[in-house]
Amino acid sequence: MNLLLLIATPLLTALAVLFCRNQEQVKWTALVGALAQLVLSVVLLLLYNQERAAGNTMQMLFEESYALFNNPPINFHFGVDGLSVAMILLTSFVLVAGILVSWNIEKMTKEFYFLLILLALGAYGFFISLDLFILFFFLEVSVIPKYLLIGIWGSGRKEYSANKLALMLMGGSALILVGILLLYFNAGHSFDITELSQVTLGNRLQHIIFPLLFLGFGVFTALFPLHTWVPDGHSSAPTAGSMFLAGISMKLGGYGCLRVATYLLPEGAKQYADIIIVLSAIAILYGAFATMMQKDLKYINAYSSVSHVGFSLLGIGMLTQTAINGAMMQMVSHGVMTALFFAVIGMIYDRTHTRQVNEMGGLMKGMPFAMTVFFIVGLCSLGLPGLSGFVAEMTVFMGSWQNADTFHRVATIAACMSIVVTAVYILRAIGKVAMGPVVNQDHIAAGDVKWNEKFAAIILLAGILAIGIAPQWLNKLLSPTAEIIMNRINGH
Amino acid sequence: MPNALTIALIPLLPLAGFVLLGLFGKRYTGKYSGIIGTALLLASTLIAVYTAYEYFSHSQGGKYSNIIAAKYTWLQFAPGVSIDMGLYLDPISMMMIVVVTLVSLMVHIYSLGYMKDEERFSTYYAYLGLFTFSMLGLVLSSNIFQIYIFWELVGVSSFLLIGFYYDKPSAVAASKKAFIVTRFADLGFLIGILVLSYASGTLDFNTMISTLTSPESSQLKTAAASSFLGMSVITWGGLLVFMGGAGKSAMFPLHIWLPDAMEGPTPVSALIHAATMVVAGVYLVARLFPIFAITTPILLELIGWVGAVSAVIAAIIACTQTDIKRVLAYSTMSQIGFMMFALGVSGYGGEAGLGYTASMFHLFTHAMFKALLFLGAGAVIHYVHSNEMKDMGGLRKAMPVTHITFLIACLAIAGVPMLSGFFSKEEILLAAYHHNPAIYWIALLTSGLTAFYMFRLYFNIFWNKPYHAHGEHHGEAPASMKFPLILLAVGAALAGYIPFGKYVSSNGEPLASHFELSFSILPVSLGIAGIAIAWIMYRKQSGLPEKVSSGLGGLYKAAYRKFYIDEIYLFITKKVLFNLVGRPAAWFDRNVVDGLVNFTGNTTQMVSERIKNCSRAKYSSMLCTSCWLR
Repeated sequence: MNLLLLIATPLLTALAVLFCRNQEQVKWTALVGALAQLVLSVVLLLLYNQERAAGNTMQMLFEESYALFNNPPINFHFGVDGLSVAMILLTSFVLVAGILVSWNIEKMTKEFYFLLILLALGAYGFFISLDLFILFFFLEVSVIPKYLLIGIWGSGRKEYSANKLALMLMGGSALILVGILLLYFNAGHSFDITELSQVTLGNRLQHIIFPLLFLGFGVFTALFPLHTWVPDGHSSAPTAGSMFLAGISMKLGGYGCLRVATYLLPEGAKQYADIIIVLSAIAILYGAFATMMQKDLKYINAYSSVSHVGFSLLGIGMLTQTAINGAMMQMVSHGVMTALFFAVIGMIYDRTHTRQVNEMGGLMKGMPFAMTVFFIVGLCSLGLPGLSGFVAEMTVFMGSWQNADTFHRVATIAACMSIVVTAVYILRAIGKVAMGPVVNQDHIAAGDVKWNEKFAAIILLAGILAIGIAPQWLNKLLSPTAEIIMNRINGH
Repeated sequence: MPNALTIALIPLLPLAGFVLLGLFGKRYTGKYSGIIGTALLLASTLIAVYTAYEYFSHSQGGKYSNIIAAKYTWLQFAPGVSIDMGLYLDPISMMMIVVVTLVSLMVHIYSLGYMKDEERFSTYYAYLGLFTFSMLGLVLSSNIFQIYIFWELVGVSSFLLIGFYYDKPSAVAASKKAFIVTRFADLGFLIGILVLSYASGTLDFNTMISTLTSPESSQLKTAAASSFLGMSVITWGGLLVFMGGAGKSAMFPLHIWLPDAMEGPTPVSALIHAATMVVAGVYLVARLFPIFAITTPILLELIGWVGAVSAVIAAIIACTQTDIKRVLAYSTMSQIGFMMFALGVSGYGGEAGLGYTASMFHLFTHAMFKALLFLGAGAVIHYVHSNEMKDMGGLRKAMPVTHITFLIACLAIAGVPMLSGFFSKEEILLAAYHHNPAIYWIALLTSGLTAFYMFRLYFNIFWNKPYHAHGEHHGEAPASMKFPLILLAVGAALAGYIPFGKYVSSNGEPLASHFELSFSILPVSLGIAGIAIAWIMYRKQSGLPEKVSSGLGGLYKAAYRKFYIDEIYLFITKKVLFNLVGRPAAWFDRNVVDGLVNFTGNTTQMVSERIKNCSRAKYSSMLCTSCWLR
């Protein structure tokens, strides 16, 4: 399969959207484009598994390379491994759902969909790039639309939030850029990940470059204490914006931390692993406790995202194969879950015109479908078996426990404790919003979800269940990547 | 033996019911949902009984082996360490599938009448299916992580069913409390799993038990050598796993969720909070029994004491409660305490293993009479529309079937000879008598109290003052509700005659049943004394109960307020967790961490404003200066 298709389809869709005459055309064009991309992603998964089953043991499959510059050597070098395939699938799921929940956007529809697809395009490009320069380019492509999505279609303090988000992410990007350039000049003038992975840099250099890259990508993935763009950004963004932000953008960071920082600089990872563990354990518990006090549904999910994404970082910091595997699973799982969570919050908001938990109650009566989904996604968040969150978190725990010293044990137990706190805040939200006596009769009269919302929810639910009920396929898809990273770390 | 696929149908049929009724119930099956759910469960029950029958009729010289009928790798963590979904057949899992399907079937049938006017009738049956599936999956687990998975699933089914009347704030609060308290206990369970799996290098029950009990195994030596805070790693692992079991089985001090859980529909209380889910903790200890008994006997001692303390505390509280379901809830906690300390006083193998057999025996008989008591209480509540004793009395004429069956259950739980509870309780007392006399005396006191509070309940419902019906009159109960009562009453009367030791024992080898007439005289006469006191105090309306309660003063009040344990928890959660941890964390994030971010932004802006305001002249002069400096 030619990976260029994965960029071409969203690009063509985005362009086609620009040429549409009216809202209906825009919406359907975008949806058809996104569905085509979803089909492509599934086909990619099948082809990938087929190649692997046929015994292809290359690290990257479907590699393509097109030279852009000769000096410095910048190539459109694409290729995928299990992690990329999983992230591409995730992006496609969220894209379709995001387009569906935005069906009733009235203001500047064309521009909205254009930016949304552009955002996805950036993510696709990022996940298939094997050239650091191109990877960085796509990372930036996915930042700019967020600023506009929040600034124009957002709510609340949207200018402040948009500024904050863009500036913090840009700050992260600046660190990444410096890191990439340092790598380039010190590792034989190359941007190519596969080439760079053959080079072993000196320990001192690794110790300098690793924190730049890890912190830079860490900003994207809400590394404590650089996470504060998350609550404000999410709460101001339109529904689809939040879904993308939490579902995909935060995963760009996690992916970068693994693929670029940890994989290329294993000595650096070893040096800073303890700090990563401390920060992520803090993020997990502190995020959970902070969530407990939130009253706005979007803030609840934003802080809970800080806590959940912490598991990914914890897994990376633990530096065992199982833990890294869990970290990747958590990226996928949290991506689908949080997108669905924000989608449901959007559905609730459209009907109640509030996101304050205290102003709602007994919504189960009026919107059983939306509330059932809310229930399921809440249970996924608190790690109920059968849903995706459980699988990922347990893999991280099992992997973390393989480190037998007290420091790692304490960090793991601290992370485990969050499963109780998560249950507290999730059940508080569910108990208040879905259950209990009806607070406002107007909310009940507003009716249940429309077809587009239903479709979006079902697509994401399918993702949650596919991972939760039979996780072995995802495990098999991801574990070779974890193994390769671990081999680098162990110096094989 | 039936093949693996057939056995797999036992849990899968109720799951099919859940999916079917959950997706299509409201729109398509409507009032037939109950029939569909019941039919699926009936099929499951028949297969379960047949499987158990086949299993128990194929012993090797009286000894039963453990069979793993099927195994499927669900998630592979590392080579050799994986979560497997398996079907594990051994005497206790076979006993449990019979108990679970049978009680669940009774509840399904009973609910056809009890829940018939419910708006969410289909949802109710869907939830019942989910619960039954999870519980069956739990008991058939071959892997410690599998049991944890189903453990959580029964937890969530319990949450859904307690909160079934979701518009009632008390039901919502109770369901949240049940989930969160057991979740807290499950945190221990989870860490315990991590500890034990790391120590043994596996998650599989059989391998884990053999590695952690055989003295030659190198893993055991390493694990026993490494200690933390004065206890070996295995002791810690076992303790944490037991914490999970104590939470689910409502052992002191993690019991506070169980009385509140009575907010759920009464048939649900019978199924989940009396006969099946709450004994999961006992089952878990029994499942890992060789590890407890051989490797960490100190933990077994602790388990014994936790069980004994829970038994006596719950029995005292039960004497003071006025809500009939709460009395039954505390009674359940007390009886589970019996099962727990029976395991605690047991040894592994031979005569020393009597406690193990007795515990499982009591689990079996208790399921019968406690489910019966709850279903009977449900019929009473259905009739008088109240849970409070003061609204009842004199119902024996109006509800003859309920009355007789309830009486049988009360006699059984009180340990009156020839009924099922007598046999299992005598065995427990005998085991305690030989191994831990202190626990024996506590248990003896508790069984006296049990007889008293059960007959306090019985006399208050069916005797005491004459019943004045207000509002419309309807018959006792539909046939669908009476049938399970009668069937369970037969079970409660006769279950004791099963030669249990022949089938279930700590090491699989048959154990002769024990019965010593001289030993039984003391407990039985205590039980009869309890009944007699209840008869004097509650058969007729009198001022006696008030006199006694005011005579007891502070003790009565403390017991009535459940020894203030709820208040202590409330203080810890509300005051400490929310105000001292949650609020500061949220404040810190908004003001310190985010404050720094905003500070950086503002400073940058301020500096650039300053520079902007510099006049052009200054710029040029600065430029000149710099040029000049060159």
